[in-house]
Amino acid sequence: MTLQLDARIPAGPLAGKWDRHRFEMKLVNPANKRKYTVIVVGSGLAGGAAAASLSELGYNVRCYCYQDSPRRAHSIAAQGGINAAKNYQNDGDSIQRLFYDTIKGGDFRSREANVYRLAQISVNIIDQCVSQGVPFAREYGGLLANRSFGGAQVSRTFYARGQTGQQLLLGAYQALEKEIAKGGVTMFPRAEMLDLIVVNGRARGIVVRDELTGKIEPHLADAVVLATGGYGNVFYLSTNAKGCNATAIWRAYKRGAAFANPCYTQIHPTCIPVAGEHQSKLTLMSESLRNDGRVWVPKRKEDVGKSPTDVPEQDRDYYLERKYPSFGNLSPRDIASRAAKEACDDGRGVGPGGRGVYLDFADAIKRLGEDKIRERYGNLFEMYERITAENPYKVPMRIYPAVHYTMGGLWVDYNLMSTIPGLHVAGEANFSDHGANRLGASALMQGLADGYFVIPLTIGDYLASTKLEQVGADNAEVRAAVAEVERRTSRLLGIKGKRTVAQFHRELGRIMWEYCGMARDAAGLRKAMELIPQLREEFWRDVMIPGSGAELNQTLEHAGRVADFLELGELMCRDALHREESCGGHFRTEHQTPDGEALRDDEHFAYVAAWEYGGEGREPVLNKEPLVYENIKLSQRSYK
Amino acid sequence: MNLTLQVWRQPGPTAEGGLKEYKATDVSPDMSFLEMLDVVNERLIEKGEMPIAFDHDCREGICGSCGMMINGVAHGPSRGTATCQLHMRSFRDGDTIVIEPWRARAFPVIKDLVVNRGALDRIIAAGGYITAPTGSAQDANSIPVPKQDADASMDAAACIGCGACVAACPNGSASLFTGAKISHLGLLPQGQPERYRRALSMVAQMDIEGFGGCTLFGECQAACPKEISIDVISRMNRDFLRAAVTKPAERSGGGGDG
Ligand SMILES: Cc1cc2nc3c(=O)[nH]c(=O)nc-3n(C[C@H](O)[C@H](O)[C@H](O)COP(=O)(O)OP(=O)(O)OC[C@H]3O[C@@H](n4cnc5c(N)ncnc54)[C@H](O)[C@@H]3O)c2cc1C
Ligand code: FES
Repeated sequence: MTLQLDARIPAGPLAGKWDRHRFEMKLVNPANKRKYTVIVVGSGLAGGAAAASLSELGYNVRCYCYQDSPRRAHSIAAQGGINAAKNYQNDGDSIQRLFYDTIKGGDFRSREANVYRLAQISVNIIDQCVSQGVPFAREYGGLLANRSFGGAQVSRTFYARGQTGQQLLLGAYQALEKEIAKGGVTMFPRAEMLDLIVVNGRARGIVVRDELTGKIEPHLADAVVLATGGYGNVFYLSTNAKGCNATAIWRAYKRGAAFANPCYTQIHPTCIPVAGEHQSKLTLMSESLRNDGRVWVPKRKEDVGKSPTDVPEQDRDYYLERKYPSFGNLSPRDIASRAAKEACDDGRGVGPGGRGVYLDFADAIKRLGEDKIRERYGNLFEMYERITAENPYKVPMRIYPAVHYTMGGLWVDYNLMSTIPGLHVAGEANFSDHGANRLGASALMQGLADGYFVIPLTIGDYLASTKLEQVGADNAEVRAAVAEVERRTSRLLGIKGKRTVAQFHRELGRIMWEYCGMARDAAGLRKAMELIPQLREEFWRDVMIPGSGAELNQTLEHAGRVADFLELGELMCRDALHREESCGGHFRTEHQTPDGEALRDDEHFAYVAAWEYGGEGREPVLNKEPLVYENIKLSQRSYK
Repeated sequence: MNLTLQVWRQPGPTAEGGLKEYKATDVSPDMSFLEMLDVVNERLIEKGEMPIAFDHDCREGICGSCGMMINGVAHGPSRGTATCQLHMRSFRDGDTIVIEPWRARAFPVIKDLVVNRGALDRIIAAGGYITAPTGSAQDANSIPVPKQDADASMDAAACIGCGACVAACPNGSASLFTGAKISHLGLLPQGQPERYRRALSMVAQMDIEGFGGCTLFGECQAACPKEISIDVISRMNRDFLRAAVTKPAERSGGGGDG
């Protein structure tokens, strides 16, 4: 049984595809829209924007999030900025350039048509956000300010201090609240989707557990959108919020939605290093810091114990500037992360355990003054000092790479529909636009493009061209899905073993980081694929979840998520093992150029790996969507 | 270091609650406050007991999920710091720490340290937005915004909606929260058309939700993890007064069917 992976890319020249598609899509009669119900799971940039926009169009929307308010979705934590091809700086930017940078940044593993559309829509996003009152940074003349971000040589990043995600999300959240007040959206906070309901091959609803009462109920609709974010927490330690999970997309996978490129993980180069065993999450220091900070380690191992100010200029190795003279400290994330790992593996890492490199602002402070630096990054510097008790105006920051973003996700076509008809996937939860590596400031752009501008139209096309039968709570497939969730919940609660959920989560994280992290090889991946099923088996035998299912039970919530990570982790390793090449964030040590750069194999691996669930105890099936490049030439990625 | 915790335990919204004592041993000064609670909770779980429930998510002071009264102070002793960013180096070996949920009429306790802050969402729904339906925007640079205004707007927009201002206020007022949103939007040209209407309906919603009135104690400003200035309340009051005095009658325009 192999899937038909039809990406449904519109015909015609690249630049006209989206326009043409918008014309060809079927429309729902305005008077009929309110008769349709659309479920949107997630209230982050992708989900919040989609839910608000669908309601503005007249659909009946139900929106879900696991936090107590939609405003707390993890998008809130994005710091650095959002890209758009506005070319306000007149520095040579264009839609074509943003498109090319994104494809190249993704190491030529993303779909041309989707990425081009993203670049086109990017300009509308900024307009939309400004009109909603997003207080982007401005110049004295009153016009919008920009900065540059890793992997780009133009200044196309819009930002609101170090809180861009917060301000964009508040824009979407306020639009959502406006629609809630109007009655177009019903919001379900503290509600966790635990399964997808598929009736006659179409997504028709979700099974939801109310976190306060523990009630498990079906919620039915005519179409479902998953905008549930990324799965970086499979590594336990990551820059994601503690609640970020794969549950929604993983259950959808087990109901038949293909999972694309699960192994593509982004390790962000600038995070605060791990301080000890108690560490519960890692904190990102925005990449924008690399605009003014210089990354270095001592040239000699003997100097790593010295105070950084005692290492003279000639004894420092500014390794990014040395290895990548044209991009220097602004090299893309995958490259900067690997270079940091190399320096530390070489014994030249600084700080506890030798797992850190310096990010030094001394030159920038000399050049621009402390005030200017404070204005640009004040809140980040404060955050750093609060965590480490060190003052980065005086001593260089110490940073180390950490898991940050997952490029993989559910496979979607040009309409952002998964392999299950009626199930659409938006934002970080899908695989669509970033290939094997995401450029900085591109996730916010993609989430909002999907949510404001793509989903509202493609959902309409789906509804207008599909005949849907009535489905009620008494439908056999609905009842089966609910029963399945109930069974699983009581099974988890019934184990009453000895080990905590967090212990299992940490252990899984260690396996993933060790064998499926920044550098991977076949032997390690095979090893992980032995260890993970063992750990999973122990989990289902020995995990301890106190309390019952009929109350607020945060341990139960965490356990359900970890149970899914314990399955997803294995699929990630399987995908990483099968991809016998290095590309973007996926670095196989067996495949590198003589100078240690990622070595792609376009002849054999220029495809999207879409994994299909094979059933309990059976291996998943690999399906391939070939990546066809008609408009750009594949090249060896170089930032030298 | 070793600490004694007195933690508010309450099994459910209608159940009775009380302080319970726990020992937190071998606490490292580099731990965050929530990491210290994680360790206490893991030990409780190992014994088969219910861990202490508390809201948290981002753990970097931006999502607004976390929040508790620590020795009677919202978010604890460090100024401008949310509970998740508070580090144990702010405490001393042997300290006793009393941990309670936000206390306010409009924030009923759900369980232990978890409260219901839905009222804050409803204040936003009452008018805390600019009506700009998707697709209707003009070019982002077509209306220049003086940098000072954009900066001041951003200062107010930094609110994370945690509710510390309400918890710290002797009257349980949500004025800092509401004033921050009214200022964020009211300082921008895009926010002008709905400015006075917004002030009226958001303030009205505060009353409906059972928040107390503001008597300018200033406790809110001291507790705010984003150090939002109490000036936003004056701005709210000005907009509200002006709106109340000049409240225009709204006429619905008939479009005809031409
Ligand atoms: C620290 C940090 C900084 C970043 N900085 C930048 C940046 O500067 N620029 C940039 O472009 N990108 C940045 N990113 C990436 C970017 O923020 C995210 O990729 C993006 O915001 C994801 O948005 P989303 O809408 O897809 O998901 P999220 O915002 O994660 O939202 C997920 C939603 O789904 C809900 N949900 C999840 N699971 C369930 C379930 N089972 N049931 C019910 N609801 C569920 C959640 O409650 C939430 O509402 C950053 C990421 C991090 C972690
Ligand atoms: S957990 Fe997000 S602000 Fe504290």
